[in-house]
Amino acid sequence: MSDMQTDIHSADHEHPHGNLGEVILETRGLTKHYGGVHALEDANFTLRKGEHVAIMGDNGAGKSTFVRQITGVEQRTRGDIYFDGQPVHFAGPLEAREAGIEAVFQTLALADDLDVADNLFLGREKTKWNWLGPFRFLDYKAMRQDTIAALEKTAVKIPNIRNTIQNMSGGQRQCVAIARTATFHSKLTIMDEPTAALGVQETAQVENIIRTLKEAGEPLILISHNMRQVMDTCDRIVVFRRGRICANIDITGGDVTGEEVVSYITGAKTQPEYDVEGLT
Amino acid sequence: MADTTQGTGGLIYDKSKRAWPNEINIFIALILIIGVFEALGQILPYMQGQSFLFDTSGRFDSIFNEARLKIVILQVAIIGIIALGSTQVIISGGIDLSAGPLVGAAAMIVMSFAQTELVNGNPNPKAVFGLWAMDLPVIVPVLVGLAFGALIGAINGSLIAYTGIPPFIATLGMFLFARGISRWWTEGQPVSFPTEGFAALGSGMMPVFWFLALAVLFHVLLRYTLYGKRTYAIGSNEDAARMSGINVKRHKVLVYMIAAMLAAFAAVVLSSKNLTAQAGMGQFYELYAIAMAVIGGVSLTGGRGSIPGTVLGAMVFGVIQSGFTYVKLDAYYQLMAMGMIIVGAVVLDKWRQQRGAKMG
Ligand SMILES: Nc1ncnc2c1ncn2[C@@H]1O[C@H](COP(=O)(O)OP(=O)(O)OP(=O)(O)O)[C@@H](O)[C@H]1O
Ligand SMILES: [Mg+2]
Repeated sequence: MSDMQTDIHSADHEHPHGNLGEVILETRGLTKHYGGVHALEDANFTLRKGEHVAIMGDNGAGKSTFVRQITGVEQRTRGDIYFDGQPVHFAGPLEAREAGIEAVFQTLALADDLDVADNLFLGREKTKWNWLGPFRFLDYKAMRQDTIAALEKTAVKIPNIRNTIQNMSGGQRQCVAIARTATFHSKLTIMDEPTAALGVQETAQVENIIRTLKEAGEPLILISHNMRQVMDTCDRIVVFRRGRICANIDITGGDVTGEEVVSYITGAKTQPEYDVEGLT
Repeated sequence: MADTTQGTGGLIYDKSKRAWPNEINIFIALILIIGVFEALGQILPYMQGQSFLFDTSGRFDSIFNEARLKIVILQVAIIGIIALGSTQVIISGGIDLSAGPLVGAAAMIVMSFAQTELVNGNPNPKAVFGLWAMDLPVIVPVLVGLAFGALIGAINGSLIAYTGIPPFIATLGMFLFARGISRWWTEGQPVSFPTEGFAALGSGMMPVFWFLALAVLFHVLLRYTLYGKRTYAIGSNEDAARMSGINVKRHKVLVYMIAAMLAAFAAVVLSSKNLTAQAGMGQFYELYAIAMAVIGGVSLTGGRGSIPGTVLGAMVFGVIQSGFTYVKLDAYYQLMAMGMIIVGAVVLDKWRQQRGAKMG
């Protein structure tokens, strides 16, 4: 715990941000190997309350892997994760969610044969007669009403929420997955390429949801390949390359260009403090 | 309050164009199949114009041949109980091949606790245990059977959930193991002479009562409870279910336990109906049960299907069996036809899925 305190203070000096709060998420030396594949290597990452951070990087750079370690979907090879001031070891996604981490995974994590409301409430269904244990009854009515309300709030267009989502467009499916995170208040939201399949209008809607989170002071990790979107909605860009973080760029000043970020993504540049042998 | 039947974002949804429930298709198929047998009865020269469904023997109380209807549903009721379990396993994305041998093993064990002391004034010639196990209240053999089923199901489910071996392999192992238990129990000797109370469980139309009552119970569980929703979710997308925080492993164990308990209960009803238990009981039952579910629209890829569908599938199964007997076709043709029907049902399901994907 005392180690933690000094970490937080040293982080303070590295990234001074105007009115941002205390650290909500911090990783130290976070590493994930899949057999011989070093998908994530020694990642040191800090996120403050209210801060929106983008993670960028080429395909296979380790962005989704990073998210899977934080959300307990996978178990890390080594390293430490501190969430809300506590060291955490999530045994599974349920624990991460209970701790207050909401995620839209790149694979969306939707069940095709269920309808919109079922998917929105997947894993945290509203129930009644709870003494029946695993056989307790679903409160369909409440779930459907909340679903309509959530979708209206995010202006998502779905013709019929009672249809299974298997026949819905990629964009509609993505909207369902995003509405899911936006419905439940959380301490940290993570979106892995949330607008990858979306049209112009739907992308704008998702960006609106992101801005709503910003106004509510909820921190966000946004993985995106869309430079304009990142510049518009985030405070900071962390660039991953071949499993390592190679840059940490404050973009609140508005003086960072897209070209500069791209040069970090492609490997033309590496920030000196991240320059370890073998990266470039 | 929000109108929960509408769409969102200003999109209009035409309720009259709601998707056609699959159960109606199966019902239509059932009527068509009955029609085919009815027509065969009129056309085939050796049938002498007999009717499959309508009673033409000069009775006036009803136009239906109730005897045939009763036989149709009675002969599918016991396998139908197993099919209720197979339905849940398949919806969850698995398969259970061990149900038939489990019926054999459970019947042997259950009957050993259901025996009566005296048969016509003489000691029970088939007694398995001593006097302590004679003339027990009927609840004892039933509970023993259910507990045995729960144990077997827990082993199936745990193997599948915690070692990650495919359900096909795990339950194939149990298939042989359970048949071994049923032969080992009395070294092949049948177990007979149950108490009157036990014999009442499966007498007359009781199997049909159990089948329909359990069908209603599990329809409610699948459709309206957390258990049901998560069973569909896991079968539909196991990764999504896990990422959404559902305890997939524990749920799978529960599903296999329920399926095995249903099979064990089918063994109770079957041994009661036959007044005896034999080591070879339940042969092919797992396959017939899977066939009923598949004919009833349960998708082998998981996530789709329903109990009403499976009940209708069981009826189709029964009508075909009884129809073949009615047109005097031999049992081996029945097996061949069943084989074709099962494959046909799976092909149909695949087409439905592809069409569904195209419509999106
Ligand atoms: N389960 C796994 N087993 C083996 N290798 C894996 C596994 N998951 C990911 N990898 C590998 O780890 C590396 C990082 O993958 P990751 O999914 O994190 O990339 P990403 O940065 O999210 O890329 P994208 O932009 O394409 O989504 C890749 O080389 C990938 O092939
Ligand atoms: Mg990714």
